[in-house]
Amino acid sequence: MYKLESKNLNLWYGPKQALKDISMGVDANTVTAFIGPSGCGKSTFLRCFNRMNDLIPNVRITGQALIDNINIYSRNVDVYEHRKSIGMVFQKPNPFPKSIYENVAYGLHIIGENSKSIIDESVETALKQAALWNEVKDSLKKSALALSGGQQQRLCIARAIAVKPSILLMDEPASALDPLSTAKIEELIYNLKKEYSIVIVTHNMQQAGRVSDKTAFFYLGELIEYDNTSKIFTNPSKEATQNYITGRFG
Amino acid sequence: MRKNFTRKKEKAIELLMSASSLVSVLTTIGIIFVLTADSYKFFSEVSIVDFFTDKEWTPLFENKHFGILPLLSGTLLTTIIATLVAVPMGITIAVYLSEYASRRFTSIVKPILEVLAAIPTVVYGFFALQYVTPLLQKLIPGLSGFNALSPGIVMGIMIMPYITSLSEDALRAIPTSLREASYGMGANRFQTAFKVMIPAASSGIIVSVILAISRALGETMIVAIAAGQEPKLTLNPLESVETITTYIIQVSMGDVPQDSLEYRTIFAAGLVLFLFTFILNNISFWVIKRFRQQYD
Repeated sequence: MYKLESKNLNLWYGPKQALKDISMGVDANTVTAFIGPSGCGKSTFLRCFNRMNDLIPNVRITGQALIDNINIYSRNVDVYEHRKSIGMVFQKPNPFPKSIYENVAYGLHIIGENSKSIIDESVETALKQAALWNEVKDSLKKSALALSGGQQQRLCIARAIAVKPSILLMDEPASALDPLSTAKIEELIYNLKKEYSIVIVTHNMQQAGRVSDKTAFFYLGELIEYDNTSKIFTNPSKEATQNYITGRFG
Repeated sequence: MRKNFTRKKEKAIELLMSASSLVSVLTTIGIIFVLTADSYKFFSEVSIVDFFTDKEWTPLFENKHFGILPLLSGTLLTTIIATLVAVPMGITIAVYLSEYASRRFTSIVKPILEVLAAIPTVVYGFFALQYVTPLLQKLIPGLSGFNALSPGIVMGIMIMPYITSLSEDALRAIPTSLREASYGMGANRFQTAFKVMIPAASSGIIVSVILAISRALGETMIVAIAAGQEPKLTLNPLESVETITTYIIQVSMGDVPQDSLEYRTIFAAGLVLFLFTFILNNISFWVIKRFRQQYD
């Protein structure tokens, strides 16, 4: 059984088809990278798994997206409940204009956790996992907006994992960061793999090569090739993949 | 030659522009000067302590008392009622329009709501006196024909669009990424609106409320028509009250001789009103400076 799976998934923005008949499965406790040129549908596909595309008007979806073998687009799935079990990290750091502590505690409030001691503990654990604790432990009451970009992104990761989701979706989490912060985030991804199934969208081919177990290459809304990362980067079976990873386009 | 001419034209336009901005500055200075000059003459005859402590305001009667408190209580009472009506309603509508309603619906409804602020206040005044007061009298037996409640409610409806419109703008200006962050955590629309969006837009919302309150403080026609002309130190909304603004038109339209002590009371009263709106204005500047979040 796959952790995440899509079956014949199609998606339209108004009249424009952005995803074409995508079927693939992601195993638990692995890191999967989605690569491809801008506009290829990799982010859109990622956002299908926590139904973030629901927020965009005029989106139409056919086919299935399954998590633990349950189709999340079926009528009896509560989208808000469903999202609680999935963490998401966005391209640009988007901390709330609240304190560092309140940012990490947000998800815990949402799932209805009221015990102060449990929240305190979860905030500390999440910040430690996100490798931010040592930098902020004395300033938890300070505004999250005062942190640097790299720190903000690690805070967003801490916020996402504080509620212990089983899946972490990352949409180009390091694209707005400097190399040092990027290295920290990548190390983090490696460490988080033990507990989470991670899907990461990235523009950076080296990054995909470094962090992922499997890689999916998207082009013009289609899934061109999906295989072990080592295979994709050394011996891809499709010419388009070969051209993209060698930098001939994209 | 031609270059020289263009430069002169530039210069002339610049002069014209600075002259017109100077007009507004000079007008403000002039008004403040007149207010303080006549108030100064007033306070040379009436003690400032009496002015702020005497519980009666009867400058036009035989037995003269110059206590501003009754007028101030009338002004504050009607303003508080208006604020209590406008703030919850205005913010609720703003949240509905920015977080729940479709963009199409908002683009139709928002201009209609803004029309509320464009209705002449004299119309609102008659609406309060002829329609709202009789309605309230059915609900509250023994309510007098002139009272603070009815114009307060109507004034609340009048200032509501300021809050709705500016708060909706403030909410709309919050980047989508914050909304996505909240939904991504599994928050529903209500949680997203009240835990993330409203706190993030708080500076804009507070400023909209302050603007609406200033507008209510200075409002004249509605209270002049429907609240009565009886200076009374009370916080009972069912009684008839007189506001500072009502008193000022009462005197300036009446037959009080100019350059008399009675006439100067309106400048002292006007100065008090000005101080209130001036302070509110400064608070909103401070809020903008202190609490505005920068999103890039």
